Amino acid sequence: MNGESGLDVVLLAMFAGAIRVSTPFLFVSLGECLTEKSGRINLGLEGTLVFGAMTGYAVSYLSGSPWLGVLAAGVAGSLFGAIHGYVCKLPRVNDVAIGIAMMLFGTGLAFFLGKPFVQPVAPHLPSLPLGWWSSNHSIRSALDINPLFFVGAALAVLLWWAFKNTRYGLIVRMTGDSAPAALAMGYSVNWVRFIATTIGGFSAGVGGAFLSLYYPGQWSEGLSSGQGLMAVALVIFARWNPLACFAAALLFGAAGALGPALQSVGITQGYYFFNAAPYVLTLFIMIVSTSPKRSLRGAPAELSITK
Amino acid sequence: MAVTSDTKLAAEAPALTGGDWLRRIGRSVEAVFIPAMAIVASALLFSLLLIILGKSPQEFYELLWRGGFGTSFSWQNTLVRATPLIFTALCVAVPARLGMVIIGGEGAFVLGGFCAAAIAVPLVDWASPWIVMPLMIVAAVVSGAVWIGFVGVLRYYRGVNETIASLLMYYIAVSIMNFFVEGPLRDLTNPNKPSTKPIGDANMVGDIPGTEVHWGLIVGIVLAIALWVLMNRTKFGFAARITGGNIRAARAQGLPVGRLIVISCAIAGACAGLAGYFEVAAIQGRANASIAAGYGFTGILVAFLAKQNPLAIIPVSIFLGGIAAAGGLIQRRMGMPDATVQVLQGLMFVLLLVSETFYGRFRIFGGKGGGR
Repeated sequence: MNGESGLDVVLLAMFAGAIRVSTPFLFVSLGECLTEKSGRINLGLEGTLVFGAMTGYAVSYLSGSPWLGVLAAGVAGSLFGAIHGYVCKLPRVNDVAIGIAMMLFGTGLAFFLGKPFVQPVAPHLPSLPLGWWSSNHSIRSALDINPLFFVGAALAVLLWWAFKNTRYGLIVRMTGDSAPAALAMGYSVNWVRFIATTIGGFSAGVGGAFLSLYYPGQWSEGLSSGQGLMAVALVIFARWNPLACFAAALLFGAAGALGPALQSVGITQGYYFFNAAPYVLTLFIMIVSTSPKRSLRGAPAELSITK
Repeated sequence: MAVTSDTKLAAEAPALTGGDWLRRIGRSVEAVFIPAMAIVASALLFSLLLIILGKSPQEFYELLWRGGFGTSFSWQNTLVRATPLIFTALCVAVPARLGMVIIGGEGAFVLGGFCAAAIAVPLVDWASPWIVMPLMIVAAVVSGAVWIGFVGVLRYYRGVNETIASLLMYYIAVSIMNFFVEGPLRDLTNPNKPSTKPIGDANMVGDIPGTEVHWGLIVGIVLAIALWVLMNRTKFGFAARITGGNIRAARAQGLPVGRLIVISCAIAGACAGLAGYFEVAAIQGRANASIAAGYGFTGILVAFLAKQNPLAIIPVSIFLGGIAAAGGLIQRRMGMPDATVQVLQGLMFVLLLVSETFYGRFRIFGGKGGGR
């Protein structure tokens, strides 16, 4: 161990883990953030994530190009988003319930169609060796960062800027805060929400492709452990601010990396309790950040889940 | 003149009530017809998927019938699988009357089953079943009730969304069980799969005489009827339904909204916990990861198909239990993945929710026709 203390190793492993684990959170939460900003909630992103992971892996395996896999995962995700967006605009259809149904349907369909791809090994996404300057092995492996992480970070900044400064950002925010206002300005509320849900699905699909093509880097039925759902809670915690989503994703990533990081230095006692850390953290954050007395600061007023 | 107008009125009055009565029948027919059409539509769409994959839909549905309802053996298999669905669907349907969507019943199921096993294991060697069995039931019911009741507490007192909270708590429940099953409570004599020690044959729930279906089915049916009475024929149920309809109105009426929410959630959790008890005490004989087989999630679909009506949950559970029972046969005969049933269920769920948009659109059921 080159004389390093155990704590250093744990912290380094947590840093590396936080970046790796946070990337899918980042993509799903940005997609969900966009959807929720338009005034609709998509609880089905868990299904979209799993289906995206399967599609990405399958396309990468069949075509030999992992980046094509990422694109395919995004397209598949936007298809799921489009279904959700279309169905929700029918009268009397509840967006929360449809989300649950799409979650079960998406994971089921992914397992069904993905059965032949459990065994084969698909080409992985390459990572950027940002630790080239160091001779220390653990630093080098910690700084092997996937380009998608930077894409996600850029996307967070872009979304944040676009919400504030662009015409489209304003339209989305207005639809989310007051459908009648959007209607009065001559925009179709359903159309804006449909587009927002579709793009949100694309982002969640890409997040899924990261899971299967980089970390853990394999397609299996136990691939996702509820990241798609935790992202919904994460968006609430981040108060619908894309930049805060980025920070929250890193925090969740660190919580998720805690168990494996401790295991890497030989602490296996209570592994399953540390595994529960992200869920406990999410629940805790939801408890402290909500209040029954007032609606949440920054919440889109049309959102069914905070009403 | 006066006479004719009188007779006209007299003739009109019964016609009016007749129309009312017809409309009421129309509504009930509609409530069965529309979900049934959704099921038919999903079966057709699924056939399309099968044709694309080069499989025969006819063979699929024949096997589905044979594996689920064709023989007395398959009927028994179906009823065994329907049993946990009755309980877990009740876990969704009861809070739904108060306007809550709780989807973490699987968590209470897992925890209930685990707690039942955990309390039995140290007692197995010396205590009589007359002590162990009631203790197991109490452990399962209480742990389930506390688990989902806590979701209700969070909902009412902290405004935490119950859908997300209950699902997060499902993951936590599974982690708790895994921690104990792989650690302190692990049966070291069983190297294959991390499990607790067996609860002992004497403490197992028996079968209904003449069948291979355990007593959980009867308990489930009785519970469903009891909860239907509670929600539809008592003051508690009436207050709960008002709360679900309009929480501000309920509060203005002075109803104890918080208590109603928490108690309903606790009842729901108790149902799911009891299902976990039967899974351990009638099927598995010990607690391990295989009790988290997804009954809690299928229960959500059952509850929605049954339109959150506890009585309708019984036949719908048997229907979906039959599909699940046929899964193995279909898997073997047609070489299909085990997720096949899940796809069919998911498709049904989506189309069922889409079908909600058709309520009141058909004139034939007394609706206004067109639009909302």
